[in-house]
Amino acid sequence: MTTMTASPSSAAHDIQVVTLKIDDQEVSASRNQTILQVAAENQIEIPTLCFMPGLKPMGSCRICLVELAGSPRLFAACVTRVSEGMTVITDSPRLRKYRKQIVELLFVERNHVCSVCVSNGRCELQALAVKLGITHITQPYRYDKMVVDSSHDLFRLDHNRCVLCTRCVRVCDQIEGAHVWDVAGRGIDCRITADLNLPWGDSDVCTSCGKCVHICPTGALTEKGTAVAEMRKQPDFLPYLTIMRENH
Amino acid sequence: MTPEELGKLAAKEQKARSACKHRVNVCCAAGCASMNSDKIKDDLQSAIKEKGIADQVQVRSVGCMGLCAAGPLVSIESEGKSVMYKGVTDGDVSEVVESLEGKPIERLNLPTDMPFFARQEKIVLENCGVIDPERIEDYIAVGGYAALIKALTEMTPAGVVGEITRSGLRGRGGAGYPTGLKWGTVAKSPAREGRKYIVCNADEGDPGAFMDRSVLESDPHRVLEGMAIAAYAVGATHGFLYVRAEYPLAIKRLKRAISQAQKIGVLGANILSTTFSFNLEIRLGAGAFVCGEETALIASIEGNRGQPRPRPPYPAEFGLWGCPTLINNVETFANIAPIVDRGFRWFASIGTDKSKGTKVFALAGKIENTGLVEVPMGIKLRDIIEDIGGGIPDGGKFKAVQTGGPSGGCIPKQYMDMPIDYESVKEAGSIMGSGGMIVMDESSSMVDVAKYFMEFCKSESCGKCVPCRVGTAQMYDLLEKIHKGEGASDDLAMLESLCELVSQTSLCGLGQTAPNPVLSTLRYFRHEYLELLRDGQKELAAAGADKGKDGAV
Ligand SMILES: Cc1cc2nc3c(=O)[nH]c(=O)nc-3n(C[C@H](O)[C@H](O)[C@H](O)COP(=O)(O)O)c2cc1C
Ligand code: SF4
Ligand code: SF4
Repeated sequence: MTTMTASPSSAAHDIQVVTLKIDDQEVSASRNQTILQVAAENQIEIPTLCFMPGLKPMGSCRICLVELAGSPRLFAACVTRVSEGMTVITDSPRLRKYRKQIVELLFVERNHVCSVCVSNGRCELQALAVKLGITHITQPYRYDKMVVDSSHDLFRLDHNRCVLCTRCVRVCDQIEGAHVWDVAGRGIDCRITADLNLPWGDSDVCTSCGKCVHICPTGALTEKGTAVAEMRKQPDFLPYLTIMRENH
Repeated sequence: MTPEELGKLAAKEQKARSACKHRVNVCCAAGCASMNSDKIKDDLQSAIKEKGIADQVQVRSVGCMGLCAAGPLVSIESEGKSVMYKGVTDGDVSEVVESLEGKPIERLNLPTDMPFFARQEKIVLENCGVIDPERIEDYIAVGGYAALIKALTEMTPAGVVGEITRSGLRGRGGAGYPTGLKWGTVAKSPAREGRKYIVCNADEGDPGAFMDRSVLESDPHRVLEGMAIAAYAVGATHGFLYVRAEYPLAIKRLKRAISQAQKIGVLGANILSTTFSFNLEIRLGAGAFVCGEETALIASIEGNRGQPRPRPPYPAEFGLWGCPTLINNVETFANIAPIVDRGFRWFASIGTDKSKGTKVFALAGKIENTGLVEVPMGIKLRDIIEDIGGGIPDGGKFKAVQTGGPSGGCIPKQYMDMPIDYESVKEAGSIMGSGGMIVMDESSSMVDVAKYFMEFCKSESCGKCVPCRVGTAQMYDLLEKIHKGEGASDDLAMLESLCELVSQTSLCGLGQTAPNPVLSTLRYFRHEYLELLRDGQKELAAAGADKGKDGAV
């Protein structure tokens, strides 16, 4: 009978723990973690917008871009996995400049006049702008006119406030399992759409669970009957999304 | 079918060919077909029958002969001699038939020794315009599927990968990624649930590009053979051809080619009586440019919305349904059989140090000979424009050539003597791209060109990521404002800062390269922008003072 002795070479591909550097801080991580997860565990904050723990990350808002030493490219922290010896830079003048510009593009894309929004004071886009030190807008506004869908009994969708983060799309599909929402159109004409382009109230599959409303970072999805600054999102269930998804 | 039987088929086909005194080839690719070349072929056939010489003359429809501007094209090979006729119409049919036994028709003659033909070097297009794309026997007669036999019977999969690696072939889909390296990665990636895939990217969405289309329409088996060899090399058993739905003729010919290949046993189970099996399916793209991006293409084949996802992981490790997937361009696959057949040394002897082989270009715009050309890498831009292209028509003067489509840039006249290879073109501020080449003369406005491509990117952006979705729309508006003469230097500064943002932060290649047409025209023709600005005079005067700095390359 032979006994199995572990040798470093046979174990090499099984090693699950890596060490890396994030902003001069040495950290250890499990190999299948993302940069964003590891940074959060180590109290290093990387700004995000489309990211939501428990939903599949998209890497689409580009706010969480970080630099990796040795690469001219930028990487979205929410989708990039750590690797041994990696050196991550989460904050630099270049990154700060780009993050500001990207948020500014969101502000000019649609109407985000906070003073008349039901989510004023409780909006992630607004908070992000404050955090990044955006005090004014330099780009010309687009403000394409968009409709408000009030056909649902309980909720309202205001396209003018949507930043196309697709959190609503993902929570409805990946957690609630109803898949009411989708993105229609291309480029600047993209819109969130219910079922196959129906008014939300006519959707056959919407369970009125409200998850999309409370996961929406802005005043795009809200409860009816709320006036300026009155909308209170109920984020209590958000920390459990990962568990909900695993139980699916 | 066994390799021996395939050899016999080739011999039989060659014999039938040489028994004919004259072979009349009528181009029936999209360009000539749009001028009714199908009917000309039918008329020729019946005229020959009427004359009672049908047993000596073979009339066939063949694929693209390249000089699309002079179509419909007819070439005649008679006992070693060949003539080519241009602009053939219904009315010329009887005269053409008469000329078979007499002198060539002066009026229609297209000299085959003109630089357009003589300066080209054909590998990818060598069968185009020579064989009938609808007959597998024609392909086999010119040595088709011999490379597949060689790979399957004489080489190991790793040997095939090594051959491609050493040939120096780089991807022809735009970025020029080393093909052998990609094959090696897929070969080494462990299969997922026993599966790996091969995908041929035939989405060809660049405005003005039709290289891939011509190959598929004129020589579809070449692509199938390349894919089968790739499948053997990387260990895949299933493949997809992703073809844009706007190419109905290419799709029809591919379908026919696949069923012929299955029938004869060069596709399907136990290919050429070996243990290797490979099945191919066609998938149609619905015309979104972004679906040519490899991760969007994968999403589209899987039945999802065609939008890119961040890489890594790359498709080579995590592609279709999470399985290792090899994605190559049509032209890349079309290079495979000749490399395997003739060996890597032969291929590596063509081209430059870092760019091997040939490249197919679609010549368009202000140039005498528009059409498809294949040239060795490293050829001078001047040779393409002046010799092969025949220069600028109507006594016009060359201003710039746009390469790489919406991801590329404009190369001005001081680069006329630059060799065309991946690195040089990049250094000049453009990219090789998939092979579009639009020639512009002095009358073209560069701001206009930049605006045109930005409009394209803006409407083709998938909208997933913020910088590309909003940034391209903002850049387009700024370009329009400047173009109308309403812009100021602030607008130009904003345009430049958006160019940086969008290129650095966009998720996929579409956004990352969308600013290129603006950046390259700004680099060489900044004065054209300044002249349009309300307050451009000052900078213009300053630029005038050190004129020649950038111009003297
Ligand atoms: C927006 C975009 C469009 C593309 N379109 C095409 C295309 O139409 N055909 C193609 O072969 N490659 C296209 N590509 C490149 C592919 O992503 C991929 O790199 C290529 O198919 C790989 O093949 P190759 O290595 O043989 O070049 C495109 C890339 C981007 C970013
Ligand atoms: S509606 Fe809200 S959650 Fe949905 S995409 Fe728009 S901003 Fe995001
Ligand atoms: S760069 Fe443009 S095309 Fe690519 S993912 Fe972003 S929005 Fe879509």
